Formats: sequence, C-alpha cells, structure tokens
Amino acid sequence: MVPRPFRLRQVRRETHDTFTLELEPADGSDSFCFRAGQFNMLYVFGVGEVPISISGNPTNPHVLMHTTREVGTVTKAMGKLRSGDVVGVRGPFGTPWPVEHAEGADVVIVAGGIGLAPLRPALYHLLAHRDRYGKIVLLYGTRTPGDILYRRELQRWRAQFDLEVHITVDRALSGWRGNVGVVTSLIARAPFDARNTVALVCGPEIMMRFTVLELQRRGVSPSHIYVSLERNMKCGVGMCGHCQLGPFFVCKDGPVFSYNKVQHLLEKREI
Amino acid sequence: MRTLETVLAEHPFFAGLEQRYLQIIVGCASNVVFEKGQIIFREGEEANRFYLIRQGRVALEVHAAGIGTLTIQTLDAGDILGWSWLVPPYRWHFDARAVELTRAIALDGECLRRKCEEDHDLGYELLKRFAEIITQRLQATRLQLLDVYGAEGHISRRGGT
Repeated sequence: MVPRPFRLRQVRRETHDTFTLELEPADGSDSFCFRAGQFNMLYVFGVGEVPISISGNPTNPHVLMHTTREVGTVTKAMGKLRSGDVVGVRGPFGTPWPVEHAEGADVVIVAGGIGLAPLRPALYHLLAHRDRYGKIVLLYGTRTPGDILYRRELQRWRAQFDLEVHITVDRALSGWRGNVGVVTSLIARAPFDARNTVALVCGPEIMMRFTVLELQRRGVSPSHIYVSLERNMKCGVGMCGHCQLGPFFVCKDGPVFSYNKVQHLLEKREI
Repeated sequence: MRTLETVLAEHPFFAGLEQRYLQIIVGCASNVVFEKGQIIFREGEEANRFYLIRQGRVALEVHAAGIGTLTIQTLDAGDILGWSWLVPPYRWHFDARAVELTRAIALDGECLRRKCEEDHDLGYELLKRFAEIITQRLQATRLQLLDVYGAEGHISRRGGT
C-alpha cells in the first residue's frame, strides 16, 4: 500500500489533451512486471492519487507507461511534470485481459477514445506471440482525426500483414480520407470468424454496450466478450468500497470482466 | 461475364430477395463509376437515384458556414447510398463525394417508385430493407450525437481526475 517512487523519463504528448508518462523505478530496481489490462495508482505528491491503466509493453518491464487525459486536478498536475520528476506508484492492480484464453481464436479488439490505452498492452502481447492466435483485428473509434492516439504505432501496425487496423472518427473535415461513423459500424464487415473469436472491448460504457450488441449480432458468444469497466477507484485493493458494482469491486474483481458476469449489473440504473 | 442481376443478387442489400423481384429491379439498374473526388450529388438537387456501392468509399458531407465542409459519414463496399429518392420532396439532404475510385450500381428511383406502386409486395420488400438501414443509421447518429469520447464521457481510471 506504500507508493514506490518512480522517476519520469519522458512525457510524450499524444493529442491536445492526452499524454503518456514513461517511468522507471527511482529506487534502483530495474523492472516492473504487470499483465495487460492492469492499472496502477499514480500519486502526484502534494496533489493526489489516481488510478490509471498501464499502456506500455508487458514484454518490456523496464519502462512503465501510462497514457491519460487531462481532465481533473491530478491529471492536469501530471501533465505539467517534467523529466526527472518523481511520482508514487502503487500496483499493479486488477484483472488482466484474458490473452491466454484467446489462444487459438481470432481476437477482435474494439477501442473507443482513450480506451485504446488499456488495450495497447494486450496488442503488444498478441503481436509478441503472433503464432498463437488466428486473425487479430483492431477497431478503433475516436472523436476526430486529431484525437487519434499512438498515431505512428497504428500506422506501423497497419502496415503489418498479420494485423488488421480499422479506424473511424465521429466527425472530420473533408480532408480526412478514412472512415467517418461510430466504431460499432466497423464490426459488421470486420474480418474475423465470429464462432471462434474473443473480443476485448474498452471505451465509454455506452459505447461498450452498443459494441457488445453488435458483436452478438455478428455471432460472437457473450462468454467470449470481455469489457474493461471504470468506476471511482481509491484504494485499489477492494477495501474502501468506492468502486463497488453490485457484488464486485471493480479495482480487485475487475477492471476486466467477462461480459456474461456483469451484463445484468450494467443494465441496472440504480448502481 | 457477371450480369447486373447476378451482381444485384450478391449485394447484401438484396440478399434473399425473390428472383422475380430482382428481374423487375434490374430494369431500373445501371453500372456507374465515380473518380476520386467526384461529386455524386449535391444537397438540394433532385434525388432520383440510389446506389449500391460495390467498391470504394463515399463521404457524405455538409457545408457549415465558418467551419467548412464536414464529413458526417463514410460509406464503403456493401453499403447503400441515398434514401431521399423514397421520401417526398425527393431532394438530397447532403453532398456525396467519392473519396476514392468508386464503383456502384445506380438504381433509378422514379422507375423503382413506379414499379413499387404497381406491385405493393415489391414495395413492402424494399421498404423493409430500407427501414433496417435507416434504423441503423439513426442509432449510429444518436451515438455520434452523444459525443461519448468527450471529456464528460470518462471518469477516473482512463480519463484521470
């Protein structure tokens, strides 16, 4: 429960309101192991602590990456940090994406907005073990072309023959030659075998609900659909109750859940 | 060589449609090609056709004063372009522009409306198919309007506090 000090190697600006922190242990240790989909509690000293998904490569434990958006007091303070500054890190916490369970199947990854950040480690894992999976398809929806995260990396992945990348934006000026429309509209024609597909979904909850409907319409079994949920996490270890969702604590029992497990809870307006 | 009837039968929009209806519809159909950047129709013009896109991409655009031309949706192979031919006053509500070389089948709206009036079963079949597309696009538009990726759509873990 005590934060470990991590030194900031670099702050990389991703879009006008998102950035990636690259951190390394400040206490002399040389690695930070985590599984794709987990998160850390990041502490900006004197300001506060927030839960942020890990967005880096789980096969490279020497650099810890977090991508976030500047929306509140702590993340705005984070955005002002400079190389050499120190932050506190608690974690990793939470359940990972079921990348082992997906072996032998096609994998479709549906990301909305900054929801791509918690999915990027899963993509790194899948690509590092490419021969264990069937088709891998990334469907990514965002607000405008200017809001696309990891642009260079997406271009590089797009150029690879063993990964399909489809991006869509909600609106664009006429110079944009890519897709315009909601991310759910990409699902119907995405190249995967619905009978043997594992879907990993992360984004705003309303986007995930419609995505799940579309995946099911396509024939993907709800037991093969995984979603990453967001609730107001504080302790990260299932003690404080801030992130309670019915019988679950999202920080400890999630954030990654099989859709089967939480479907009935997401439909309840009272919680 | 594949006939227009075969191409129509293979398009998802006409999947499962009885042969006799396809034979009627093919009389209103023709192949068209649009070069990259070509305007297919403009807002306010008479809507006398719709298109089954076979290849390429089409952008639906609207011009907003002070902002410029906005793309509100793109359509790809397998999609349908245009339903204003079906509803009075038969005018396009947006511009359509080929983003890349686009091949499509154009269906003459006036010809189809006449045939649907003569054979209401055919009209009902077509309306069912268009109703499904219109519903999908309405739902997609509602999602776009919600602006779910805006800052308000995110709370702590991925959005930060």
